[in-house]
Amino acid sequence: MKELTKEPLNLIIGGVGGQGNVLMAQLVGQALVQRGFTASVGDTYGVSQRGGPVASHVRISHDRSYGPLIPAGQADVILTLEPAEALRLLSELGSPSTVVVTNSRPVYPPDVSSGRATYPSLEDLFGALKRYSAGCTVVDASAAALAMGDPIFTNIVMLGVLVGADVAPLERQDMADVLTERFKGPVLERNLEALDRGIGLVRAARTAGKP
Amino acid sequence: MEGIDVNAPGTTQLLMGNEAIVRGALEGGVGFSAQYPGTPSSEVLSVMASVARNLRIHTEWSVNELVAAEAAAGASFAGIPALSAMKQNGVNVISDFLVNVIMTGTGTGGLVLVTGDDPSAISSSNEEDSRWICKWMDMPLLEPSTAQDAKDMVKWAFEISRLVDNPCFVRETTRLAHTRGKVMLGELPTERKTAYFPDVWDMCKPAKSRFTSGPFGILHHQAHERLKRVVPVFEASAFNTYEGPEKPELLIITSGVCYLYCQEAIAMLGLGNRAGIFRLGTTWPLPEQAVRKQLERTSNVLFVEEIDPFIEGSVMEFAASLGASLPPKTYLGKRSGHIPSWGALSTDLVAQTLGSILNVPYKVAGRDAAYSEGLKEATKMVPPRAINLCPGCPHRGSYWIFKNALSIDGRHGLVAGDIGCYSLGFIGAGFFQERTMHCMGGGIGVANGLGNLKEFGFNQPVLAIAGDSTFFHACIPALVNGVYNKANFIFAILDNSATAMTGFQPHPGVGRAATGDPAPRVDMEALCRALGARVEVCDPFDLEGSTRVLLDMMADESGGARVLIMRRTCELVRARRDKGRPYTMRVNPSVCAGDSCGCNRLCIRVFGCPGLIWDKEAGKAKIDEAICTGCGLCADICPQRAIERKAA
Repeated sequence: MKELTKEPLNLIIGGVGGQGNVLMAQLVGQALVQRGFTASVGDTYGVSQRGGPVASHVRISHDRSYGPLIPAGQADVILTLEPAEALRLLSELGSPSTVVVTNSRPVYPPDVSSGRATYPSLEDLFGALKRYSAGCTVVDASAAALAMGDPIFTNIVMLGVLVGADVAPLERQDMADVLTERFKGPVLERNLEALDRGIGLVRAARTAGKP
Repeated sequence: MEGIDVNAPGTTQLLMGNEAIVRGALEGGVGFSAQYPGTPSSEVLSVMASVARNLRIHTEWSVNELVAAEAAAGASFAGIPALSAMKQNGVNVISDFLVNVIMTGTGTGGLVLVTGDDPSAISSSNEEDSRWICKWMDMPLLEPSTAQDAKDMVKWAFEISRLVDNPCFVRETTRLAHTRGKVMLGELPTERKTAYFPDVWDMCKPAKSRFTSGPFGILHHQAHERLKRVVPVFEASAFNTYEGPEKPELLIITSGVCYLYCQEAIAMLGLGNRAGIFRLGTTWPLPEQAVRKQLERTSNVLFVEEIDPFIEGSVMEFAASLGASLPPKTYLGKRSGHIPSWGALSTDLVAQTLGSILNVPYKVAGRDAAYSEGLKEATKMVPPRAINLCPGCPHRGSYWIFKNALSIDGRHGLVAGDIGCYSLGFIGAGFFQERTMHCMGGGIGVANGLGNLKEFGFNQPVLAIAGDSTFFHACIPALVNGVYNKANFIFAILDNSATAMTGFQPHPGVGRAATGDPAPRVDMEALCRALGARVEVCDPFDLEGSTRVLLDMMADESGGARVLIMRRTCELVRARRDKGRPYTMRVNPSVCAGDSCGCNRLCIRVFGCPGLIWDKEAGKAKIDEAICTGCGLCADICPQRAIERKAA
């Protein structure tokens, strides 16, 4: 996507503390500003360094500054590193016109591991996400990152997914430029590989999804 | 991307509120910055330190907020513009100095104090509104709404400070501090100031040469008078803006990020021709004539501000002072119950309130009842996600040791807690061991009371805890007190070699300065021993050995304050430094007895490391490869020894 299709376009980047979504949102914000948009990126994280729900609110505009948080029901795109978080965010911020893009790999909360709570089946989870959104794309970004040898790349794979899903005014080159400013040498190469794997994942998911 | 110290006026950068504050300070000529970390304002000094060498600014992580503010004031006395940022709690810590410095003045440098308030206490133990201190202390107060405001206001705040010869306060909130927005940069000054403390006898330099708080009466009077200098400046300030119809049905008076909530709520409800917004950027002293002009527009006023009714009270007080000359009005806000008196506000909350006042029902866009109900029902399948200590966290080991030792001891001992990651000890993450938790240094403070109740039949062991950074911040006087007054407690310092909670800032015990340069290391055990306390150093991952030491210390009949240093580096710091995992972990499925074990899933349900998960199909525990940090600790808690560690 090159152009901004809505004023403002509200994008949520969510996940669980420690998955790297704050960095993702920062890279997205930087790329948007370099494209000439006005963007605000509001990070919502609590006391949890790790393990709690985390979401960044990205508000993309031609020229206006909006508040740090997206109002209820007004998220246009929800992109998450963890699938249950996608539903949590959809219920707060989504509407029937929200597009959902999520990583498929669950991060189990301690209450689930201990048996105090249950984690839904992925079938139920994706069913609900599809039913209450304008479309839900599911990718296994964690597997793609593990295939590269380190789960740390999951967030950059998801950046590729964001670009590949064509739901924000960002193209591969925009993200590649931002990564090039931040990383060097072999680390940059690995991150660019993660970005491209993400773009490939969406293509594969969408081809598989066609009747 | 260019750095925050680039001298490129007119260009834009995407800056976090805290980064914008730094940029404003750089444009205002800051030469000295001192701070103690505290969310949401921690990044101010981290970012400042990253450009300190290049711009030759002094930056330091001070031992606490009081020393930071005093150090910054010292620089200002000698003519160097200085800045100190803190979270709302820090404002209390510096208050004793402030009440004196407003009488002495701050000199020719200029002193800017930034406070990061935390509505909804997202990363705090309370949601104090620090703005009250400005009324109390005769200090000017600025409230930015956007990152751009934050940059512009902080730059301006140095001038304001020099004008009133007192500190100027800038109040941000979490939502501004941690939101990135577009900021247009201004010019960086090129002139470099010389520090000089004016000589009493130097008649050629009429600058203030004495900063002593006395004689009191006259100095207190002068502080009131100096504040008046800023009144005409605030009355004319472009940071106070009105937008809306000439004669609105409802006038909203707001400040900070709430301004953006009001703007968006009005747009959402289509109330642009009925409601107007007066945004106050210069909140104290209240620009009364500017306020009066706005009040005369209408007879209905709504105050929208976070956290306390600060502006609400000031405006109503001013309105009352006008008597019959101001026509009567209806004032709505926290006092009337239209705006919540606690918790952060949002666009939705403001829209609901505006809708109810102006009879335009607020409905979440694009949702009908069936959708909302169905989605709400479906979302019940999403499990709660409790916050937890990180995988590999040394505090999990420490709490496990405390829990077991207190239980073996059997006298119903308790943990008096403090502020840091280990504050999670009051929930399951720390096995519910923490029984008191207040402020920095509060745990060892109350232990001084609990530890001197023997006369009243009290024999419960008292275990006060604090982190290493908290120890230096606020615990040393209380430890001296405990030794001197023979308070019977054990003080455990959870030394993870970092101020972990706020982002791993260094402190006097780690041998590194804010800029990353080597620094002298203060030896905490030598310090404690010099006080005459018994000191033991243990490893939180040595569950058996450390428990034995703690039991021995609890049995020590000699009484008085004793110190137990639980030392192991924060896992997040270790992982950055060492890369890789110390151990490869595995649950041996042929040894794990699952639910037939009788341990009732001890490793998962009680120990609770996120790296351990329950394999539903196998009915046994399992290691989550993506999360486990390979610390090896869980191998020692499994009663069947089913968890195996292998050196990686």
